[in-house]
Amino acid sequence: MTPPVLTLSGITKTFPGVRALHNVSLELFAGQVTALIGENGAGKSTLVKVMTGIYQPDAGEITIAGKPVTLPTAHAAFEAGVTAIHQETVLFDELTVAENIYLGHAPRNRFGMIDWRKMRAEAKETLDSMAAGIDADIKLKELGIAKKHLVAVARALSIDAQIVIMDEPTAALSQKEIEELYVLIELLKQDGKAILFISHKFDEIYRIADRFTVFRDGEMVGTGLIKDTTQNQIVQMMVGRSVDHIFPARNAVIGDTVFEAKGLSHPTEFDDISFAVRKGEILGFYGLVGAGRSEVMQAVFGMTQPSSGTMSLDGQTIAPKSAADAVEAGIVYVPEERGKQGVITGQPIFQNVSLPSLKKTSSNGFLRAAQEFDLARTYTERLDLRASSLSQNVSTLSGGNQQKVVIAKWLATHPKVIILDEPTKGIDIGSKAAVHGFMGELVEQGLSVIMVTSELPEVLGMADRIVVMREGRIIATLDNKGLKPETLVRLAAGIAEEEAA
Amino acid sequence: MNRLLKHREIFLAMAILLVLVLVTARFPRFAAPGNLLTIFNDTSILMMLALGQMTVILTRSIDLSMAANLALTGMIVAMVNAAFPGVPIPLLIGGCVVVGGALGAFNGILVWKLNIPPIVVTLGTLTIYRGLIFVISGGAWVNADQMSPDFVALQRGVFLGLPVLSWFAIVVAMLFWLLMTRTPLGRSLYAIGVNPTASVYTGIDVGRTKFLAFTIAGAVSGLAGYLWISRYVIASTEVASGYELTIIAACVIGGVSIAGGIGTVAGALLGAIFLGVINNALPVINISPFWQMAISGAAILLAVVLNARGERRHGRVILRAGV
Repeated sequence: MTPPVLTLSGITKTFPGVRALHNVSLELFAGQVTALIGENGAGKSTLVKVMTGIYQPDAGEITIAGKPVTLPTAHAAFEAGVTAIHQETVLFDELTVAENIYLGHAPRNRFGMIDWRKMRAEAKETLDSMAAGIDADIKLKELGIAKKHLVAVARALSIDAQIVIMDEPTAALSQKEIEELYVLIELLKQDGKAILFISHKFDEIYRIADRFTVFRDGEMVGTGLIKDTTQNQIVQMMVGRSVDHIFPARNAVIGDTVFEAKGLSHPTEFDDISFAVRKGEILGFYGLVGAGRSEVMQAVFGMTQPSSGTMSLDGQTIAPKSAADAVEAGIVYVPEERGKQGVITGQPIFQNVSLPSLKKTSSNGFLRAAQEFDLARTYTERLDLRASSLSQNVSTLSGGNQQKVVIAKWLATHPKVIILDEPTKGIDIGSKAAVHGFMGELVEQGLSVIMVTSELPEVLGMADRIVVMREGRIIATLDNKGLKPETLVRLAAGIAEEEAA
Repeated sequence: MNRLLKHREIFLAMAILLVLVLVTARFPRFAAPGNLLTIFNDTSILMMLALGQMTVILTRSIDLSMAANLALTGMIVAMVNAAFPGVPIPLLIGGCVVVGGALGAFNGILVWKLNIPPIVVTLGTLTIYRGLIFVISGGAWVNADQMSPDFVALQRGVFLGLPVLSWFAIVVAMLFWLLMTRTPLGRSLYAIGVNPTASVYTGIDVGRTKFLAFTIAGAVSGLAGYLWISRYVIASTEVASGYELTIIAACVIGGVSIAGGIGTVAGALLGAIFLGVINNALPVINISPFWQMAISGAAILLAVVLNARGERRHGRVILRAGV
């Protein structure tokens, strides 16, 4: 057997509080497609960043064509022949296709200037060899996403990259475009490129991959040939984790329906979404990234307006036009990206907590610091926030503590329904347990919790019922009793139920 | 972060002192209390305008139309005064605040409802407001002899040892301090400047908050319109031409971040005073007007460099805490 083109061995990468990769190895072979499979947060993106010189591994070795290499910069990775095609292609809209293909390595004439004629001719040649049907002289912004991927591939060909990483390239493509991409991948294989293909979709993996490597929680748990392995075996590898986390037992009394959505639809994001959450209940929303869960929640929170469908809270019809409306009605949302959407960095903790409650803590239109502090103290103490003082800047807090600040902010508004979008993403184990424990307390106090999560143990450990979404639609609503993780993965990924062996 | 901001203001206060000391070394009379009060009075209008501009800049916006607004409101009030000398002055001042506020609100509406970048909106309205001065005045000036004695005298009156103009600046500064530190609107201004996305999720209406910021800046410009015209006793199409940049300069020197979310009332005031001191001091020590401009420009660049350094240090704090 030919030796691998690229070998990673013993790669470890640690971020503060999070071990993203631990002793990971990976081999890519010329002319073969290797699928990289794993849940969200399994470490796939981190690995791609290590391979493209964006992150430096803490330990481990990278070998390309038999020689050990280091990739200190993205440019070094490019020189070493590694190129990546991302979900959202990193190209330049205002430049022409030819310029995009040759940016950074454009052919020069004898005066050192860019040789436009040669560049256009070569770009055209490369595109024609791919049967791409793209004019090299038009601006990139005139192309659709699928065609942009083709340009990215042409760029990879033009720099003679031997290793091509495709990070969920089909996420935004139509079925016809995906077929075209498959043809192109075949072309790259025949050309002897080693391809790393990252996808959540099993039909794609089985269609084009030769090999697979499965990651779980930052470790490599399995590798092999696709033709020797069933989908069920791969699903087993993905979910078969050790129980590293005890979820709190809950004794909330589940009451009447508090919030109900009926037939919510949006022209492009989701269709016919109906669900209800009851008093004291945790309703889990499970699905792959991009399944439309956050988009539904944003509609519930008034950030976007659904084109049809109705919502009701405590039997009253509501139609929030803005986040302020939703908060007023009693629905709050803890967004996924804490830094960008949650905390106001640069402001002290107490100001972050009191921000949506300023009407309550002020009198005659003037703020009252004492009331603000009281409010902040009450809710941050309940969440066991660790900070030297409430005047401390939130940006100096860890991710877990920032999350507590966001939750405290919302609890202070006395909500009826609290939506948690990936509440424990990227925070350390200890803070995870605290957030989970707190979710248990919330429902005991009679709140309704909607938890959007992509983590299987979390949804299975915490939710009373689970809504599974795929491609903007609800696939199933399940009672969380004796559910097997495999069932959820199959529903979310769209794998047909197979004969149980 | 707070310490850093205070540090920046202390630094600026020391820079102002340094200029005073240097100039006084050659001209002892420069630092006489009377002269310092004159400088303060000369700077009063700029201080008020800088506070209005800061309100807008905090929200990641900018208002280029403040000087044009000032000139238009000033022309209107001068023409009203010339035509109807009997209208009481407090009513005229109130009218200026309302007209200026309306002009500012027009900026705000365009930014809020049509989502046009503030720099484009106010560049447009700058031109429109300047043009309107021609339209209403026909290009003619309103001269001192056309203004009523009360109109001109009010701000020159002395109350508790200070000219009334200075009192205007002090009261406006106190109102802004209350707005920034003691009201929900003030808190929102900072919040949307630091993190607009998170502010939306928190239920703050970003567009409406910007609208209010522009309206406030407009109201201040209107008030400044009356004060400017009655101080220089002439209303022409060229009043305060180019002054919008001086206002922005005062903010930047005062540590107001053009990226939004950072700035204090004290900083904006000190920035204005710094420019006032420089402009008063340099002629005294026989420095040519060219050098005055160069020195003001250097002060702006220095302030930006210091601010950028402050931001960087702030960035490092995050990392250290994360480890």
